[in-house]
Amino acid sequence: MNRRLFPWLIGLSLVFFVVAPILIVRAPLEQEMGLIQKIFYFHFSAWMAMYLGICILGISSALFLFRRKPAADRLAVSAAEAAIVFGLMGLITGPIWAVKSWGVWWNWDARTTIALILELILVAYLILRTYGGPGSDRLAAGLGMFAMANLPFLYVSTNIWRTIHPPTSVVPTLPVDFGIPLWWSFAGFIVLCLALLTARVRLEEQRATLDRLYLALEDE
Amino acid sequence: MHLDDLTGVSREEARRWRRVALVLILIAGLGGPGQTVDAAQPAEQSVPDGFVPMDDVPAEEQLPAAPLLAAAYIVVWVLAIGYLWTIWRRLGSVEKELAEALRRVGETDGA
Repeated sequence: MNRRLFPWLIGLSLVFFVVAPILIVRAPLEQEMGLIQKIFYFHFSAWMAMYLGICILGISSALFLFRRKPAADRLAVSAAEAAIVFGLMGLITGPIWAVKSWGVWWNWDARTTIALILELILVAYLILRTYGGPGSDRLAAGLGMFAMANLPFLYVSTNIWRTIHPPTSVVPTLPVDFGIPLWWSFAGFIVLCLALLTARVRLEEQRATLDRLYLALEDE
Repeated sequence: MHLDDLTGVSREEARRWRRVALVLILIAGLGGPGQTVDAAQPAEQSVPDGFVPMDDVPAEEQLPAAPLLAAAYIVVWVLAIGYLWTIWRRLGSVEKELAEALRRVGETDGA
């Protein structure tokens, strides 16, 4: 991955994250929830960044599994880690919002439960990569594809099952005043996700170089 | 001398009064206290069997939104910066190890 890309991406995400609070403060208050609804702008965006991370994980896992591309494996493990971080943001900001809006920290509705399971699958992926030993990269690739297969269920869960979460139709029909800070934050999180991914892939590349060097030293 | 002769109440009459007194005691024992409680408390304020949800929470009992909102945004910033810091730290460690390995390879090639 291009190492010169990282400063640009992190700089751009910084611009997004500095301006986002200003737009969020200026956004109107929601009639039912009031001030606490403003968590939505970062909560939704964090989940979308997690979706992106899981999509990259699934596709690169498939590429590694079927085409045997080591670069794809390095991208997969980086995407899994980034997806965990963004998923954690969603899992923490969600209950903070819920305790005010719903009166409970946690609600075992379909979306919340699937999101938690997906986060646990990603953690399982990393544990397998860390402690699985030889061949665990291919097993983990299967798990990565399985994680991506869960994404549509997570997305449509609010439309299929009875849940306290609002349906997916809320975001596309948002009034402009709510939409501007949302899509700005969304762009910020996507750029931040790409920046973190670039840095994380660089780490994997350096580790691969180090492994090759150690092998060369052992041969000599 | 018989008691009836002293009080002037016949035995039959005394039995009737006893029955009336018994009925009054029964009424007082069964219905009386209930009527007293019902009269003391209005019907809509009767004691509930369990917890009853309240529709409108008083303002002083509501959780403040601003600290929760700030906490949510701080969590996001801390996680993002913290994760970036761990990558930077791990990358620094690997690059240090890489430089050392390259030096050893150079020495081996030189020898």
